[in-house]
Amino acid sequence: MLLISCPNCGPRDETEFHYGGQAHIAYPENPNDLSDREWAEYLFYRENTKGTFAERWVHSTGCRQWFNMLRDTVSYDIHSIYAMGQPRPDTQSGLAPGAPTASAPTSSEGV
Amino acid sequence: MSADHLPEHPDFLWRNPDPKKSYDAVIVGGGGHGLATAYFLAKNHGMTNIAILEKGWLAGGNMARNTTIIRSNYLWDESAAIYEHALKLWEILPEELEYDFLFSQRGVMNLAHTLGDVRESVRRVGANRLNGVDAEWLDPQQVKELCPILNINDNIRYPVMGATYQPRAGIAKHDHVAWAFARKCDELGVDIIQNCEVTGFIKDGNRVTGVKTTRGDINTEKVGLCAAGHSSVLAEMAGFRLPIQSHPLQALVSELHEPVHPTVVMSNHVHVYVSQAHKGELVMGAGVDSYNGYGQRGSFHVIEEQMAAAVELFPIFARAHVLRTWGGIVDTTLDASPIVGLSPVENMFVNCGWGTGGFKGTPAAGLTFAHTIATGAPHKLNKPFALERFETGALIDEHGAAAVAH
Repeated sequence: MLLISCPNCGPRDETEFHYGGQAHIAYPENPNDLSDREWAEYLFYRENTKGTFAERWVHSTGCRQWFNMLRDTVSYDIHSIYAMGQPRPDTQSGLAPGAPTASAPTSSEGV
Repeated sequence: MSADHLPEHPDFLWRNPDPKKSYDAVIVGGGGHGLATAYFLAKNHGMTNIAILEKGWLAGGNMARNTTIIRSNYLWDESAAIYEHALKLWEILPEELEYDFLFSQRGVMNLAHTLGDVRESVRRVGANRLNGVDAEWLDPQQVKELCPILNINDNIRYPVMGATYQPRAGIAKHDHVAWAFARKCDELGVDIIQNCEVTGFIKDGNRVTGVKTTRGDINTEKVGLCAAGHSSVLAEMAGFRLPIQSHPLQALVSELHEPVHPTVVMSNHVHVYVSQAHKGELVMGAGVDSYNGYGQRGSFHVIEEQMAAAVELFPIFARAHVLRTWGGIVDTTLDASPIVGLSPVENMFVNCGWGTGGFKGTPAAGLTFAHTIATGAPHKLNKPFALERFETGALIDEHGAAAVAH
């Protein structure tokens, strides 16, 4: 069982949460212009990272708020929890796409 | 017993050759699907200069971790066709492979607990019959007659309202299935290479020409991917994406008991599936953990809920002890149907996305995937399961319809 630190409610058991899959998937800006291939990418293709993965969770039986989480899909260690709308925190030496400023919450002890 | 009295060590069932410099085809993944694919490549298509590359030990991934249920009572025509073909192959394979892997056609029951379940089940029985799949609808009393240890009273949260029943379905000894295929593959000249992890692919433009491994580079005309939960990792190495999400799926066994459970019982609604292994363990499976994971373990609450459901349905299980729990990594698709066919890379083929149902599909996956690799075009049974369906929209949505939640 994962112990997940909800940004609003603090550490709670995984059973209080629901999983929302890969984070940072934006609705297409011009949906009418999309090809079949691009629609397939948007609807069905998601990263399936072996390693650090940015994903969404919702605290269903608590504050009912969504948040983002960086979690290792092999060790299941939670590296970072951050707000919806915030870019993915930089947890590697190399900058991740849309790397945040130093003020982004990246504490592995939960936020 | 002293060593003098021990029987002679049996012959090994396959060689452990070093990889050659080059093969006509390389299968990545030495589980059930990889072995079956190599077997049918050799037997049906005369391709014997081929290798199976396995990063760990033979059949040590999902092939060693599944709950061994074999059935073909899927709703949609495309699924019924491929799984029923698999079931027909299961029926003849012990003789063909000259190895009795204890395929026991003890029947599979899928319980209905709600009016929605009942309607879905009766509809599926009708669809199955139209597709030549044996199927019956049982009322609760008939359920009790077939499986006397099942609680059909209304003193549980979701009482049994009936069940679908497929008499030809059953279970088999998964390890022996792998060994049976491996021995025949070896006899036919296939190189089974264990402890050989694929680390990359060699390409000429968009055409694959070789495989990089921890035991050196291997040139090959064709590559078939049979890596289940790690399919996305391999596809990424080859430069394309798959619509696959990998999830932990857990199962467990009790200690040994006298035979008490004569059939296989699955319940979609309360989510547990139970059979009794030949040796006597109660074998139970759960649903997948919700999150993506490669850790070959899941969360405890999933098996806790599964046990709660099992004990309600089978009150005599209340005093049984869990002996062992484990997890495998299943490769799920958005429509809960497999992907068997061509890939965006020339001469590379993919067999993945079998999710929670890969074991039962093993013979048909092998047969159709071998056909696809050998001829460069899909067999009629796997044609609908092409990667393109996610673009064309011709999905085969077995969510719920497949008689089990995913």
